[in-house]
Amino acid sequence: MATSGDHLVLIIEDEQPIRRFLRASLTNEGYRLNEAASGEEGLRVAASYPPDLVLLDLGLPDIDGQQVLRRLREWLAAPIIVLTARDQEQQKINAPDAGADDYVTKPFATGELLARMRTALRHAQPAGPQSSAVCIGDLRFDLAARLVFKRESLIHLTPLEYKLLVTMLKHAGKVLTHRFLLREVWGPESSQETHYLRVFVASLRRKLEDDPARPRYLLTEPGVGYRFAAE
Amino acid sequence: MATKRPSPDDLLAQAEAEEAQGRRGSLRVFFGYAAGVGKTYSMLENAHRALAKGRDLVVGYIEPHTRPDTLALLAGLEPLPTRAIEYRGVTLREFDVDAALARRPDVLLVDELAHTNAEGSRHAKRWQDVDELLAAGINVWTTLNVQHIESLNDVIGQITGVTVRETVPDHIFDAADEIELVDISPEELFARFRAGKVYVPDQAQRAMQNFFSKGNLTALREMSLREAARRVHTDVELARRIRAAPEPWATAERLLVCVGPSPTTARVIRTAKRMAVALDAPWAAVAVETAGAAEDGPAKSRIAQHFRLAERLGAETDTISGQDVAAAILEYARGRNVTKILIGKTHQPRWKRLLLGSVVDDLLEQSGDIDVYVIQGQKESEEGGKPRAASPRPSWKPYLGSACAILVGGLAAMALKTLHLADSPANTAMIFLAAVAFVAARFGRGPAIFASVLAVLAFDFFFVPPFRSFGVSDAQYLVTFGVMLIIGLMISTLTSRLKRQIESTRLREQHTSALYQLGKQLSSLYGGVFLVSAAAKKVAEMTGGEVAVYLQQPSGPPQLAFGYNTAIAQHPISVSVAQWVVEHDQIAGPATNTLPNAAGLFIPLAGSQRVLGAIAVRVPDAERLLDPEQRRLLEACANQLALALERDEMVIEAAEARVQAEAEQVRSALLSGVSHDLKTPLAAIAGASSSLLEATSLDEETRRQLLETVAAEAARLNRLLENILQMSRLDAGAVKPNRQWHVLEEIVGSALRRTSRELQTHTVDVRLAPNLPLVSVDGLLLEQVLVNLLENAARYTPPRTAVTISASIDGRWLRLSVSDHGPGVPPGAEERIFEKFYRATPTADGGRGSGLGLAICRAIAQIHGGTITATNRPGGGAEFVLRLPLAKDAPHVVVE
Repeated sequence: MATSGDHLVLIIEDEQPIRRFLRASLTNEGYRLNEAASGEEGLRVAASYPPDLVLLDLGLPDIDGQQVLRRLREWLAAPIIVLTARDQEQQKINAPDAGADDYVTKPFATGELLARMRTALRHAQPAGPQSSAVCIGDLRFDLAARLVFKRESLIHLTPLEYKLLVTMLKHAGKVLTHRFLLREVWGPESSQETHYLRVFVASLRRKLEDDPARPRYLLTEPGVGYRFAAE
Repeated sequence: MATKRPSPDDLLAQAEAEEAQGRRGSLRVFFGYAAGVGKTYSMLENAHRALAKGRDLVVGYIEPHTRPDTLALLAGLEPLPTRAIEYRGVTLREFDVDAALARRPDVLLVDELAHTNAEGSRHAKRWQDVDELLAAGINVWTTLNVQHIESLNDVIGQITGVTVRETVPDHIFDAADEIELVDISPEELFARFRAGKVYVPDQAQRAMQNFFSKGNLTALREMSLREAARRVHTDVELARRIRAAPEPWATAERLLVCVGPSPTTARVIRTAKRMAVALDAPWAAVAVETAGAAEDGPAKSRIAQHFRLAERLGAETDTISGQDVAAAILEYARGRNVTKILIGKTHQPRWKRLLLGSVVDDLLEQSGDIDVYVIQGQKESEEGGKPRAASPRPSWKPYLGSACAILVGGLAAMALKTLHLADSPANTAMIFLAAVAFVAARFGRGPAIFASVLAVLAFDFFFVPPFRSFGVSDAQYLVTFGVMLIIGLMISTLTSRLKRQIESTRLREQHTSALYQLGKQLSSLYGGVFLVSAAAKKVAEMTGGEVAVYLQQPSGPPQLAFGYNTAIAQHPISVSVAQWVVEHDQIAGPATNTLPNAAGLFIPLAGSQRVLGAIAVRVPDAERLLDPEQRRLLEACANQLALALERDEMVIEAAEARVQAEAEQVRSALLSGVSHDLKTPLAAIAGASSSLLEATSLDEETRRQLLETVAAEAARLNRLLENILQMSRLDAGAVKPNRQWHVLEEIVGSALRRTSRELQTHTVDVRLAPNLPLVSVDGLLLEQVLVNLLENAARYTPPRTAVTISASIDGRWLRLSVSDHGPGVPPGAEERIFEKFYRATPTADGGRGSGLGLAICRAIAQIHGGTITATNRPGGGAEFVLRLPLAKDAPHVVVE
């Protein structure tokens, strides 16, 4: 498991019990922590001690979590993971578009949160020299030749399918909203609707997955978008 | 002695009077006998005194033409702004009732109680404004001249020769709490008038010259003194009765005044009023609707006017019907212990009276122990009272018909004579008589007279010697002529009387049946909108006019509920009129005293508890609506509608109460169910965690088990709470499906991923038909349905059994099913398992579900317009089938 030794994590969360169990599990993983119990305090602490990752609760007592998110994003490049409750469905859907890198729904298991944090931190790393050959599970990508293999047999993809797949691969492990994918693949001017994306993803699943109804790579994030499973 | 004690009625009257005073403002009238006696001056002087005593006093309105020394008294008094009204290019300044109501002073000064307001004001008369102020609890001081009192109006008109149109109803004057008589000698007043100190409008200058004669002034003064004295007497009378002094006389008098279309009736009514006051007797005004009387439109409307006058003067009014006027009046009078009957003297020609009799004569003859007063009337012709203008234009057709009839009769007589079958002149006369009788019965009076004359001429010319000449040799034929004429007249009169009787019966029958139909219709309808429109349509049908209905709202002005396209609805003041009508529970509109320039006649919808609104009727001829019969019918309709609306409100309230009670029941069931379900996992968590904290020596395995319990129970609690939240959102109707085009496979996959932990011991078989179209659903909600069904399958079926998800197209439906190999649904419970908190059986691991999962599934299916059912499969196991309607316009996306 990748070491998380030096990473400074800022927890903005008003609930003391949640902060306590986060503190316990995160310090155990070797993260350094800063804590804030309100939005204003969170913004202040973030400015004084720029964090490597932020865990932001959307239901804050003083300012709306979405606003904290936007104000942090104005200057902070570090990944932000949003903690939401079930009844904040709409906020959860909006969060990635407002600049959040990922979200976790309360109540969540610690393992799930740690995995998301690792993914987010990895994506935050300055992109190193990328290899043109990527292997994930039984898939092999030859990005230079624009070819995709499954168990070493060539998969035939349309140009748009390939573009979609590579976009998702590039952000593997991270939640990608419908809007983001439509913009990336079909262009910023595209007026295509979400169901185009759904049909393309379904098509990709039929080609890449063993059982398209139980996808292993192209996971659905209900109501939000998709996630390319990296691990 | 019983007689010395005040009767309960007297005490009640006093209590009521006192109570009314508590609510109403008091009225103080500065009362004089002519302009210029100093009423306004005196009022203002008093105002300064009151102001000095610290009373909150405001000057509402003082006639601007008041003399300078009076106007000087206005200094130091708070004036109320007046209202400007544009009238025919002239700006009139009027007293502003609303400003007064808003200011709410303790005492308000309003000059000239008898003033007629400018068109466009709320009330036609200022006394109505004052009445409203009093009703609002404001004390009012005002001024009044004796000749403006309604019941004295015509007496004074007779004395002075000047008729005043501006009158104040007696009950207003009588209800005044204080009368301040302002009196100076006629000599002094006369001098003032001649010195130009009394203001009179220019156009009235000449009349006033006559009015201010010394004789007139003396008479008026006497009248005012007497009126003031009468007031004093009334007060003393009341006080005396309260002090239990014996009654000076048995006041068992009751007056009845006969009302007819004749203009003399107004005088009779006023006389009756004075008499009733003098005798302290209740009185009633009655009109007799005879089948014979010529009660055409104008006559009816005059009767209606007389009724309104009588009502204003405090009489009860009633219409009775009967063949014989005198008999009907006497029957009514005896039925109500009337002691005195007043009737106007009509000027009929003597011969007519002798021939046909008169009501007055009949009354005098049959009255028995009831006194009959015959009041001097005026000749109808002087007033132009005969409704000639309204009688239908004579048509020549009936005359042609009568000529034909006589011709036929003549020919018949000629034929009979030629054939020598009937050649006696008597038989010939009989044949002509038959023709005249026919004409009379068929065409009425005029043609009957015409036919009689024609018949006599023909008879004379052709059948009476000397033939072919109009000469009559024998005087006895004059008798034949006379008889023929009389019979013609009698038959025509009888026929027309019969016709009218039939007509009036028919009208009444129509009204009754209309009311009956309306009642029946209203009783079979529910919902305010339907009731209002049914009643409004019926009223429109009955009156032939436009109808609008305004309904009172919980707050704010009444709102239009029917008749959006009517002129009433488009009239700018209609809403205010409706509001006024609702607030005062009084009729208003054209031909009434209140808001005569409203778009229609507004009748309050008075229910048993409150006024629910107003119904407005607009007919071209508004007077017609004030015909008592018509008005009563309209009021009856309004009443029926009001009661129906009230009944409807009660039904709604009862239904709401029932729903609320049911909701309450569901809520308490939910609470008891939920509290158990919440407590179980909480107990487990609390127990396990406290064991971990307190127990000092636990082996690693036990610690692990306890921690697993905490985690599992927390997950269970979470699921339960989510279900409860979801269910309450669905129940509250707060969930609107966010429909998008979805790939079903993706939703199934998502649901499988969410239930992967629960289903890890089961095998799940997914069988989706190839080429399923995109489905228009709320993805999250459909996923929820699948998750709940899969969780149920995991929970209720033994491990290592298969669960199958299949989807196919079934006609225009998408059929999505989840089937298992468990014990199946208990027979008979296939429907009940979808009810909230119904739990079929213990789960496979002995636990219990939340009892909400399937209820949520059903609610979600329903908001998608689909269904969900449960059956037991022939081979064992349960199958849940969700059917969703397929959209016709599913988009097709080509990937290649």
